Amino acid sequence: MLKPPLANKDIEKLNAGDRVLITGKIYTARDAAHQKFGNNPPFDIKGAIIYYASPTPTPSGKVIGSIGPTTASRMDTFAPALLDKGLKVMIGKGNRGQEVVAAIKKNKAVYLVVPGGVAALLSKHVKKSTVIAYPELGAEAVHELEVVDFPAIVAIDSKGRNVFEKS
Amino acid sequence: MREIEAKKITDAVKTLCIEANTNLSADVEEALNKALKNETSPNGREIIRQIIQNAEIARKEKLPICQDTGTAVVFLQLGQDVRLINSTLTEAVNEGVSLGYDKGLLRKSIALDPLRRKNSGDNTPAVIHTEIVPGDNIRIGLLCKGGGAENKSAIKMFKPTSSKEEIEQFIIETVKNAGPDACPPYIVGVGIGGNFDTVALIAKKALLRRVGQHSSAMDTVKWEKELLEKVNKLGIGPMGLGGKTTALAVNIETRPCHISSLPVAVNMECHAHRYAETTIS
Repeated sequence: MLKPPLANKDIEKLNAGDRVLITGKIYTARDAAHQKFGNNPPFDIKGAIIYYASPTPTPSGKVIGSIGPTTASRMDTFAPALLDKGLKVMIGKGNRGQEVVAAIKKNKAVYLVVPGGVAALLSKHVKKSTVIAYPELGAEAVHELEVVDFPAIVAIDSKGRNVFEKS
Repeated sequence: MREIEAKKITDAVKTLCIEANTNLSADVEEALNKALKNETSPNGREIIRQIIQNAEIARKEKLPICQDTGTAVVFLQLGQDVRLINSTLTEAVNEGVSLGYDKGLLRKSIALDPLRRKNSGDNTPAVIHTEIVPGDNIRIGLLCKGGGAENKSAIKMFKPTSSKEEIEQFIIETVKNAGPDACPPYIVGVGIGGNFDTVALIAKKALLRRVGQHSSAMDTVKWEKELLEKVNKLGIGPMGLGGKTTALAVNIETRPCHISSLPVAVNMECHAHRYAETTIS
């Protein structure tokens, strides 16, 4: 169980391949938002979780539309600076580049994956969604999500062990 | 000459957008169920189960299967005896996409300009491929193509003397390069022959076959089966976490080509393969 904000001790006990459940506030940001905020995101980065995602529009009576991960490696150029500033967890799909793995080790952070294309299923774990920055980006705006038991798998742990390179 | 109201195309495209995005087609679901039976990796099995469960939720609650509801790629077969009235073909299709993505609460994922990146706001323009065919019907196929898998696609101009093995290696390398990134298990569309432009199009058209339906050429059928086996031996597995199920199908389309050329294109498709079709007759 991960409850942000996260400290080094929460991260160090995670091993590549572990299944985790996240409960609390996480923030969505993908290409356009990263380009806008650079290394000054519009939320407290210390101990935070960023989810590389942008949802479909919210149906009436629901909290959010479908929300699955996008390919994380597109954010590789932005991630090291954010990790240096205290970002602890990134959630996406696919593998990461060497520079991100190095920044993960250096800063005691972790990269989690969720299955791509199971976006309707994942939406069930979101209890509240608020756009907190860049509404002009539409789906790519930064959303603060309150999630409960959001399921993910540790892909790269704080020691740099990588689930994709094992398989 | 038969007159057809352009609005009929608009209505059909609108319905297809919602249908394709919320209702995973039976052939893909069947292939996933079959893969679940064969898969031995515990992680792989768990991911396939989640994919199937996701499809059930999406269908029941009319939610998009994936948040990336894709570029609307429209394949039209327009009977040459049809005369459209009250709009143009392109406008009718784009109007359908705009309405479908609005009413279906689908994500708008099209940047109007590739460098300025402003979102068009209604997922138009669609990519439209039109073929003029005999008759007075209009056949419409809609593929909602996600960006992640499209990004991992590749094209290569081989020499006409290149061997089958070299081509095979390129196809397998493309899948390997997609690795865990483009949402495996994949459907792999392969185009061989034609021109620089047609080879990419036939690779995409190869994706439109029902999963499990092979080429009409016997020697190609054999190659498709062999390639699927080789791709699945890569061990990438569902979500890249390892397993036997890296692809559900490898489909090959070929075309005549120039004596100097041998173009090959590989169009990667994620497991959330969203395709629907209809005929206005």
